Amino acid sequence: MSRASAVKGGWVVGAAIVLAALPFVLEKGLSPYYLYLAIKINVWALFAVSFNLVLGYAGMMSFGHAAFYGAGAYTCALILAKTSCPMPLAFVAAPVLAACVGLIIGYFSVKIKGIFYFAVLTLSFAQLLYIVVYKWRSFTHGDDGIQGIPVPSWISTDVTFVSYYFFTLIISLVCVYILWRIVESPFGLMLRTLRENPQRSTFIGMNVQRYRLVAFVISAFFSGVAGALFALLETSVSPDLLFWSNSGEVILMGLLGGMHIFLGPALGAAIMVLLNSFITLYTGYWQFFLGITLISIVLFFPEGVAGLIHERYAARRGKRAA
Amino acid sequence: MDFDPSILFVQFISGLCRAMVLFLMASGLTLVFGVMRVINFAHGAFYMLGAYLAFSLTQALASWPGGFWIALIVAPIIVSLIGGAVEYFLLRRIYDREHLLQILLTYALIFVFNDIVKMIWGVDLRIVNMPQSLSGFVPVLGHTFPVYYFFIIGMGLLVALLIWFLLRRTKLGRLLRASAEHRDMVGLLGYNVERVFTIVFMMATWLGGLAGVIIAPTVRLSLGMDMEIIIEAFLVVIVGGLGNVLGALLGALIIGQLYALGILVIEKFAMAFLFSLAAIIILFRPSGLLGKPVEGGG
Repeated sequence: MSRASAVKGGWVVGAAIVLAALPFVLEKGLSPYYLYLAIKINVWALFAVSFNLVLGYAGMMSFGHAAFYGAGAYTCALILAKTSCPMPLAFVAAPVLAACVGLIIGYFSVKIKGIFYFAVLTLSFAQLLYIVVYKWRSFTHGDDGIQGIPVPSWISTDVTFVSYYFFTLIISLVCVYILWRIVESPFGLMLRTLRENPQRSTFIGMNVQRYRLVAFVISAFFSGVAGALFALLETSVSPDLLFWSNSGEVILMGLLGGMHIFLGPALGAAIMVLLNSFITLYTGYWQFFLGITLISIVLFFPEGVAGLIHERYAARRGKRAA
Repeated sequence: MDFDPSILFVQFISGLCRAMVLFLMASGLTLVFGVMRVINFAHGAFYMLGAYLAFSLTQALASWPGGFWIALIVAPIIVSLIGGAVEYFLLRRIYDREHLLQILLTYALIFVFNDIVKMIWGVDLRIVNMPQSLSGFVPVLGHTFPVYYFFIIGMGLLVALLIWFLLRRTKLGRLLRASAEHRDMVGLLGYNVERVFTIVFMMATWLGGLAGVIIAPTVRLSLGMDMEIIIEAFLVVIVGGLGNVLGALLGALIIGQLYALGILVIEKFAMAFLFSLAAIIILFRPSGLLGKPVEGGG
């Protein structure tokens, strides 16, 4: 017991050292661009892990999570660019607004049973938000986006990305820890019950819709944090953040990394961000690559996608044991 | 307020136009869903392909007087062949799996088709010339309308009749309706359900391609036109009831008119009215105006 915990502690200390040394190694050893990529991976990892609360744990395939990511980014950007409100306040407002958007979209999307409606409605409502941001020029500057978001000097990325790296790291570690506690709580257990068998969950007295909605809103909240982190990293936002293809990217992160492993989507995020930076060097057809990857997963590794994977594995394991 | 009531009539006609294009789109979505229980997210991509093919065909046949008419016949057929290939090589492999996988597959196709269109036609806006015979104007009740408006409305009604005839008066239609109700039973009776699915998917993509060709002379073709139309088509089937062709027609008429009137109120955000209506329908009549109650499925 004590030995196991010592090993575990060793891992934690090791990871902490690596994460603390990483920015200096990347920036001095390679180039600031790699440090920028590391931060980007971190941001997307937080987004993907938040998204996976809905996909992997509640078993709902949302096609509109870019809306919450974008809502977080735009809230933070608009407040900082248009008011003299301090950064921390804008940073807190971002996920709150993202959660509100999540509440509205989620309320209607979980209302009708069936994955078809959920898929169609999350996609459609997210696209509505995109259209609004795109067309509301007087407020959001439309497709010009918002440039030069004022970022306080202590996390400014003008000279070095190091301080912003730590800012992102600490914020996302806190968020991921909270998400972990949620997943491991009775609430998280209920979500998994519901994913495995919605009908029986109803029989034991669960309010399926409410559980789904709460999971959806929590997920939207943390996606909003990721969005705000991204806005401060780029010091600019554009409607592309809300575009439907961003929702597709986060889905692919979940599927690639493994949606039934808590940190799986973070791995998926790392793979995708690195692949993106590599592939877009050579070709402008990133979406083609995304689509083909997604089709390959569906055709050749459908087990990773299927909501019933656990039952099937359990059955197989049971057979083997017997 | 100098509100001219006759503008309502103008908007009514333009709303009718929009409704017919939406009906062509939504009927394809709803046919596929009704028979195959698949939501074809890529339906808009087939529409976009139809429009771009119309561009290429009319360009290639520019010296001919009937270039557009040939495109009107040929482009939807090409689109439906592509649709048939998608069904045969991709969708068919996962019918026995979760519906989620089928949704994901069609969703992935949006990405693929988007970049294929980008590879072939580039990112520039493309314009399809209106055929000479349809480019005039006609006076109706003191207003002048483009002839093309009435061409769109006529085509929509024609296709609606065609679908009705096919579903209600032909053997294939009976088979389609039977497959929608009891897929397994149709198979047990010795019919090839898989072939029925291929036919339905080709019909649906033909409709999508046709909608693309018809809309092409009225808009500038751009990447992203697939998403614009598919969202509205989704709203149409939510309002009308998914899986019901008559519902698609009713939904399209309502959505088309609501948009045309909404534009008078808030020009930029008429979409908001469509979403509000969809939200009301979800709250009070979740299965849509003419839809059957939605069964479970998690």
